[in-house]
Amino acid sequence: MTVQSALRRRGLLERLLATHSWLVYAFFYAPIAVLVVFSFNGGRQVSIWQGASLRWYRQMLQDAALLSALRNSLIVAVVSTIVATALGTATALAMERFRFRTQRVYEGLLYLPIIVPEVTLAAMMLVFFIQAFDYIGRITGTPPNLSLTTIILSHICFNISFVTVVVRARLAGLDPSLEEAAADLYANRWKAFRRVTLPLIMPGVLGGGLLALTMSLDDVVTTSFVSGPGSTTLPVYVFGLVKKGVTPVINAVSALMLLASMTLVFSSLLVQRGGSARKSKAREKERAS
Amino acid sequence: MARRSRSALERATVVTPDLERSETRAKSRRGFLLALPGYAYLMIFFAVPMLIIFVYSFGTRSATGRTILGDWNLDSYRRLFDDFVLSVMWRSFWLALVTTVICLVISYPFAYYIATRGPRLRGLLMVLVMIPFWTNFLVRTYAWRLILGRNGPLSALLGFFGIEEARLLFTNTAILIGLVYGHLPFMVLPLYASIERLDWSLVEAARDLYASGWKAFRKVTLPLSMPGVVGGTILTFIPSFGAYIEPELLGGAQTMMLGSFIENQYYAVSDWPFGSALSFVIMVLMLVGTIVYFRKGGRTA
Repeated sequence: MTVQSALRRRGLLERLLATHSWLVYAFFYAPIAVLVVFSFNGGRQVSIWQGASLRWYRQMLQDAALLSALRNSLIVAVVSTIVATALGTATALAMERFRFRTQRVYEGLLYLPIIVPEVTLAAMMLVFFIQAFDYIGRITGTPPNLSLTTIILSHICFNISFVTVVVRARLAGLDPSLEEAAADLYANRWKAFRRVTLPLIMPGVLGGGLLALTMSLDDVVTTSFVSGPGSTTLPVYVFGLVKKGVTPVINAVSALMLLASMTLVFSSLLVQRGGSARKSKAREKERAS
Repeated sequence: MARRSRSALERATVVTPDLERSETRAKSRRGFLLALPGYAYLMIFFAVPMLIIFVYSFGTRSATGRTILGDWNLDSYRRLFDDFVLSVMWRSFWLALVTTVICLVISYPFAYYIATRGPRLRGLLMVLVMIPFWTNFLVRTYAWRLILGRNGPLSALLGFFGIEEARLLFTNTAILIGLVYGHLPFMVLPLYASIERLDWSLVEAARDLYASGWKAFRKVTLPLSMPGVVGGTILTFIPSFGAYIEPELLGGAQTMMLGSFIENQYYAVSDWPFGSALSFVIMVLMLVGTIVYFRKGGRTA
């Protein structure tokens, strides 16, 4: 094989790879684009274009059930994210910086909610709450019902694992000598944590929190299992609408959910960018000194 | 104040084995206390529920659909071998398998292309992959229902090229499209991570030793990126196997997958012991499969 023909083959391969990649991007974005375009469709038919209009957005804003589902979604997402982020961060610190008894058991327990298929997790939660409520009912006389609380408790369960994974990845990349130095300088452990460790892992904590927020806002399966009457979240409500028969309002709602997801992506990217910018600045300082 | 002076004193004293042991014990206790809230939470809200469905799986369904605990039996486990149950499991298995293979074939050259760009372009291209990854799953699946629907954009496009409208929605093909679309980023991310980290000097060395491009790829690049392949296949296969949203929105009555089948046991049929047995067996299968696959993948890597 001459050098020339080798180079020519290389160029061909390169072009093939490039074409393939742009096709994959088209595959990624075409459905999203179609959805956004059709949310402005004026006609009654979901997927036949009949002129632009904001009609379905207007109708969406008048749907009281939808707005209450949206409110529920936000409550569930915010509360479960805050709790899971706190528990997950503490867990990540304990796992990366300490050795304690039964640590490996906990390690396994942490990965289970991620590995287990979601329907299984949902079924487990449902049976658990029904059984627990049965006991509570026997003791207090009035058994509680499935509600927003049960949704929040279930979301915390899988979110702890996700937050822990993200924060641990951040901690593993950190130089432990920084924290050791801090521990020597500040006699107070809490102060050393707040002044040194926490700022260092902050991008991980925020990234984990945003992942938890997204997971919670996305969840359909677990939520639909453990939600009671009147405690529907937005994705569960939309899922129900789609299954009942598609109306164009769903296109408008979906487009807005899409917008919300994108906002989350960009804020998470900004968080990561902030972290790496700070890191590179610190590296520059190190080099200067 | 007292605390501080004591710790200073401790540091000043010669470290005896006794003191060292008590120090590590204190540190271990601190770690445990730090982990405790999350640990206790997952014990109560994950380990206990797991135990409960295990117990339920030996119970009996009453005529009214309630679960009778006591009178324990293995009927639910025996029913796992019914023809219909096996056919549902089999369909879920091969749909998940085909999804994983398609994702791998699409993602490998894609991730390779991104990983071999310059650092700036690489970052931008990965952001473009992350956006669909973070986008609402339900909405992304719903979009395909819109596209594949009767008289929808796809059939309009096909009609433009003179192709007769073929019924796509509510078939296995529609489910496959939805599964591949939903899980592609899960395959791309680990593949990209392992290809990007690759030591290219090894590939160059192989080329210098007169290995052909294909041989260098097969003997060097591919084995070195194996961790990404293993990670990606697990992240794609498991959620596809238990998928619920895609088959519900894109599949039909003839294409039931495991996720919907389990859900039916809890709602439509209200047979909790059988649903619990199914859930439990699948959980164990997934766990064992993951561990074995990881071990094997780890060895070849």
